Amino acid sequence: MAFLEVKNFYKSFGDTKVLKGVDFDLEKGQVLVLIGSSGSGKTTLLRCLNFLETPDVGTITLNEEVLFDADKLTGAKGTKMKRDSDEDIRKKRLRFGMVFQSFNLFPQYNVLRNVTLAMDLRAKEKLVKPKLFAKVEEKKAYKKALETIYQENKEKALELIEKVGLSEKINNYPCELSGGQCQRVAIARALALNPDILCFDEPTSALDPELTGEVLKVIKGLKSADSTMIVVTHEMEFARSVADKVIFMADGIIEEEGTPEEVFGNPKSLKTQAFLQKSNEGI
Amino acid sequence: MTFGEVTLYLLDGFKLTCLLFALTLVLALPLGLIIAFCSMSKFKPLSSVTKVVVWIVRGIPLMLQIFIIYYVPGFLGYNVFAKVDSYFFSTVGLVDAGRFVSVTIAFAINYACYFSEIFRGGIQSIPKGQSEAAQVLGMKKSEIFFKVILLQVIKNIIPPMSNEVITLVKDTALSRVVLVVELIKKAELLMTQALIWPLFYSGVFYLIFVGLLTILFNYLERKLSYFKV
Repeated sequence: MAFLEVKNFYKSFGDTKVLKGVDFDLEKGQVLVLIGSSGSGKTTLLRCLNFLETPDVGTITLNEEVLFDADKLTGAKGTKMKRDSDEDIRKKRLRFGMVFQSFNLFPQYNVLRNVTLAMDLRAKEKLVKPKLFAKVEEKKAYKKALETIYQENKEKALELIEKVGLSEKINNYPCELSGGQCQRVAIARALALNPDILCFDEPTSALDPELTGEVLKVIKGLKSADSTMIVVTHEMEFARSVADKVIFMADGIIEEEGTPEEVFGNPKSLKTQAFLQKSNEGI
Repeated sequence: MTFGEVTLYLLDGFKLTCLLFALTLVLALPLGLIIAFCSMSKFKPLSSVTKVVVWIVRGIPLMLQIFIIYYVPGFLGYNVFAKVDSYFFSTVGLVDAGRFVSVTIAFAINYACYFSEIFRGGIQSIPKGQSEAAQVLGMKKSEIFFKVILLQVIKNIIPPMSNEVITLVKDTALSRVVLVVELIKKAELLMTQALIWPLFYSGVFYLIFVGLLTILFNYLERKLSYFKV
């Protein structure tokens, strides 16, 4: 069984059918690149994986654990399972990381805090908070444990920020950074929570052309045996070089999938051929 | 009366003005936030009812609302404010506390509705990507609001809030319609002694108060200028 299995995804917004039956799977450590023209459903697919949208039909299985099953959600087919609570969804979300097209850094926090905020909040959640009238020693111990964890988080964050090459900017605020630097911070922020699968939603589409290189380089640098990634991109050269597997989407279905050599070198579908030709003409 | 005596006499009324101002803010700010959330609720009946309430409260003169809140309980046969009056008189010897309480309620409700619209605008002006990014990072709803959204909202709403708060300073003068003896009422009382200038002089108190508030809001604005929403 593959690490990630997505089965039979359907999603409509009102009358607009965005996903019309998408199935794919992904092995651990692989990089999947999603290509396709605007409106083909790539972003919606990523958003469904991150539970930002709820698919109408379909299942997500990660590491043999069913994370999402639309049948159980709606109570169809006689199942009486309750709808996932916000709390369940929140925990499942942590299995996936997401890097957005528009960065979405928190503007009021500096680079370091952007990376540590969620880590600190989750660490705090795990610790048992002493009661209001607990003994002073108990409260002190709690405070100390918290401080130790925050320090560890900070060190981990500094490592990640170094990995994306922004060690000199840890105290800067997002408004003082270039788009490329912002996106690199966003990548560090997503990595901080150790997601099983990291998703990138057109990470370079909002950047000036001369800034895309630095971001793509960072993403390439993340590729390793135990980092599984799904990247939506329009950068064909990058897609070809980083992907283990390429999926071409058109009109809400998977038109073609395979290794980069197969899809880019020898596309079988006419739509894929047309799309690739057009994006080559662009250059 | 000398200038000094008049000043002290007016200051006595100004104390009540300040108290009404402070109590209104303390009550209306959280209430406004609650109303804002109600009007943004996905539960249609709640948001509709809230919108109607806000429409009514913003649509009727504040002066009329002060009358309504003060007199209607009496009409309905339960003069709660008279009870407040006698309670405060018998316990701490305070006169006319009922009037003051009724006015405070009227102000709190009225200003909460205005604040709620400012809050709603401020919250809805924050890009959706902010809460989505926080959601993907596994934050809880309360964490998203307090750790991510709130400070950005505060930054956004400082200019309209300063407007509203400054208006409140001067609106407190309306409380004299149910005989709360605040600053202007005090000055009016002096008119019975053929002293007209204290009425004009009372404007100086408001000017200084508003001046201080303006400095405070400018300070807040500068404090939050380190980031851009």
